Amino acid sequence: MARITAGVGCSHVPAIGVAMDTGITDQPYWKPVFDGFVKSREWMKENQPDVIFLVYNDHCTAFDASCIPTFALGCAAEFAPADEGWGPRPVPVVKGHQKLASHIAQSVILDEFDLTIMNEMEVDHGLTVPLSVMFGETGVDDAWPCPVIPLAVNVVQYPAPTGNRCYNLGKAIRRAIDSYPEDLNVMIFGTGGMSHQLQAERAGLINAEWDRRFLDMMANDPEAARRIEHVEYLRETGSEGIEMVMWLVMRGALDEKVTEVHRHYHVPASNTAVGHIILENHS
Amino acid sequence: MTDPQDKPYDDIPGTFVFDADRSREGYHLNQFCISLRLQKNRDALTADPEEYMSRFPMTEAQKQAVRDRAWNRLLELGGNIYYTSKLAAFDGITFQDLAAMMTGVSREDYRDMMLHGGRPIEGNRYKSEWEKK
Repeated sequence: MARITAGVGCSHVPAIGVAMDTGITDQPYWKPVFDGFVKSREWMKENQPDVIFLVYNDHCTAFDASCIPTFALGCAAEFAPADEGWGPRPVPVVKGHQKLASHIAQSVILDEFDLTIMNEMEVDHGLTVPLSVMFGETGVDDAWPCPVIPLAVNVVQYPAPTGNRCYNLGKAIRRAIDSYPEDLNVMIFGTGGMSHQLQAERAGLINAEWDRRFLDMMANDPEAARRIEHVEYLRETGSEGIEMVMWLVMRGALDEKVTEVHRHYHVPASNTAVGHIILENHS
Repeated sequence: MTDPQDKPYDDIPGTFVFDADRSREGYHLNQFCISLRLQKNRDALTADPEEYMSRFPMTEAQKQAVRDRAWNRLLELGGNIYYTSKLAAFDGITFQDLAAMMTGVSREDYRDMMLHGGRPIEGNRYKSEWEKK
C-alpha cells in the first residue's frame, strides 16, 4: 500500500529561486538561507520519495481574480513552470502522478472535501521553489527526481480556508493515500510563510518569536496549531503570513506523534522569514 | 460560526486585508495589473498607456492611481499586492523596493531593517498603537 512517510514545511520565497537560478547562493546574504537546507538535501537522497504531494499557493498565475478555487488538485500529466512576468524559471517541467492524483480526488471528494480538479495547469514559484531547495540545483534539461501532485490553496483573497479545515483535509488526503494499492513512498510538503507582510505601510513585518512557536507546534502540538484563527495570522505574522495554513494540510496528513528530523529558521530572504521543518511518520 | 460581515482585522495598522469587498472593488484594476504578466500586454501599455488602460473598466480614481504609481492608494482602491507588483515589475521595481516605497523609506533603509530582523511586532499590532506615535 502507499504510505506517507514524512512531511516537510518550507517557505517558497521567489527570491530564493532567483538566487539559485542566478548562482549567487554563496553570497553572504544568501549563504545562511541555503546552509539550512544542506542536511535536507542529504535526507532527501537517503529517503528518496516515489511521489511528493505538494501544498502551495498560486500567485495569480494559473488563477487570476476571475477564478479563485479554495482547493485545486493538479491531476494533469505535467505542469509547466509559468512565466510570472520575467520568463519561466529555468527548471524542469513538473511531472504529475495521474493515477494517484485521480484516486485522491475521488477519495477526498467522497470524504466531503469539494476539490477543484485541474487537468491543465501551469505552476509558479510557489511550487518550484520548494522542489529546488529540497533537491538542489536542477537544470531545465534535467528531470525532477520524482513526480509531484500539486494542491493549490487560495490564500490571496480573504478568507483562506481555516487552519482547521486544512488540517482535516490533510487527514482525508492521508486516508486516500493509505487506501492506494500500489506500494509508494509519498512525502507531503506544506509550503509558504513564515511571517511576512508584502503590502502597505506595515510591510516588512517579521515575528520570529511567533514563527518559532509555530514550528514547535508543528512538531509537538498540531491540535493547538489547527485552532489558530485567521485574525491572529494576519495581526501577528503579517497579511501574507496567513500562507502558513498550508502547513496544516501537511501536518494533518501525518501521525499525531512525529519525529522532528531537522529545523531551520532564518531572517530575511527578501521580505520574508524563512522557515523549514522535516517531520517523519512512524506508522 | 463567526459573522461573515465581521472584520476583526480592520484594526491592524498599515494593512489592507484583501477580502471580498476589496476584491469586488478592485476587480478590473487587478485584472489590468495581472495582464502585464505577458509581454504582448506590456508592449501595448508601453505603446499607449491610456488606450491600454481603457480596455479595463476601472474607475477614474483607479486609473489616476495607476498614472501616479500611488502604490498604497492602489491597495486602498481594491488592488492586491500580488497584482500591483506586476505593475511595479513593469516599471523595473523589485518586490523589495516596492515594499520600501509603500513604507515611505529608502531602499537602503528598508533593506537594512530586514537584515536586522524586519519590522518588529511590538507596537505594530493595533491601529491604536500607531495613533499614539
